Amino acid sequence: MAEMVTLSIDGREINTPAGTTILEAAKDANIYIPNLCSNEELTPYGSCRLCMVEIAQGKRARLVASCIYEVADGLEVKTNAERVLNVRKLVIELLLARNNKHPALRKIADELGVEETRFPVEQKGCILCGQCVRTCREVVGVSAIGFSGRGITRKVATPFLDFPPDCIACGSCVYVCPVQFIPMKEEKDVRTIINFDYPMQKCTKCGRYFAPIKQLEYFSKTTGLPLEHFETCVDCR
Amino acid sequence: MKARIKEIIDKYDTDKGFLVPILQDVQREFNYLQREVLHLVSAFLEVPISQLYELGTFYKAFSLEPRGRHEMKLCTGTACHVRGVPLIKDNIGRILQIQAGETTPDLEFTFETVNCLGACALGPILVVDGEYHGNISISKTNKILKKLGKKVKIDEES
Repeated sequence: MAEMVTLSIDGREINTPAGTTILEAAKDANIYIPNLCSNEELTPYGSCRLCMVEIAQGKRARLVASCIYEVADGLEVKTNAERVLNVRKLVIELLLARNNKHPALRKIADELGVEETRFPVEQKGCILCGQCVRTCREVVGVSAIGFSGRGITRKVATPFLDFPPDCIACGSCVYVCPVQFIPMKEEKDVRTIINFDYPMQKCTKCGRYFAPIKQLEYFSKTTGLPLEHFETCVDCR
Repeated sequence: MKARIKEIIDKYDTDKGFLVPILQDVQREFNYLQREVLHLVSAFLEVPISQLYELGTFYKAFSLEPRGRHEMKLCTGTACHVRGVPLIKDNIGRILQIQAGETTPDLEFTFETVNCLGACALGPILVVDGEYHGNISISKTNKILKKLGKKVKIDEES
């Protein structure tokens, strides 16, 4: 049993194991904190800054990102203080400047009472939450994509902006993206992610194209089973 | 090429923690971080190529493009700026026929601007291959470029 700590979030007393983050503790207690970059399958990253909360321990109060701040005994957390809401409004405005169309961002903006961003809209689409990069690295385990550049030139990219050699075309990055920035489509025997084409495997029994060949090769490599085992779709196996 | 990279990596005990020093050494050896080289480093160290690309584009000290034989860094900090760096920058750019941050096609010169070299009293400053030139002017930069073998048309007045 992990050691338990007691903290208060918005005046409510909460008991939670040490080591959890404020965001997780709040979620368990049904207290809503907006966030875009956190994902329980991934290590906390703290890039979107929407989950800012005010914490007080003793006299001093300060703002922290709740998704990367661990709970501690006697911590007083405010998720709705005026200071917190002001910061969140600014953050969502900055995010809207990168993408002012996506419903997920619009919804959070509405909740915060933000109608339009005061910043020039660049419509980059991607909000740099890093979920795709982290998923590829931590969940899929191939690290085919990464960030490139820094500051205003930071973006998610394949190495040398070229066909990613490690990519298995699983589409996890597409699935996890909170703003559906990475395009993927399937046409008969080809899956296209961004503008890279990956041939699909035809099921040896029913003839349906069911998965990218590269992904099946990866399965075969990681499980040690022969490739033939994966050339039949799950329904026919 | 492969053997040389292996040597560099061996020097660091094939430790992924020394990624940046390894890349620094590799860049020094091969002038810039070319694709094939990064792929080899990736294979030796078992580090995904995406991570190397990330590092290579993140740090200004790394270059994925070929570098010129001579490296010119012009300070554009405030003190240098007010003493006329914009004009000097235009002049160098015109003579080399490149923009700041580019390399001449013959790979002779790489011309970059930096934000402050911390020697404001000497401004404007131009660093050529590690050598600091203080209080430079357009005519002084012309002389420096001439010395490095660049044909400079003598301006009507300088």
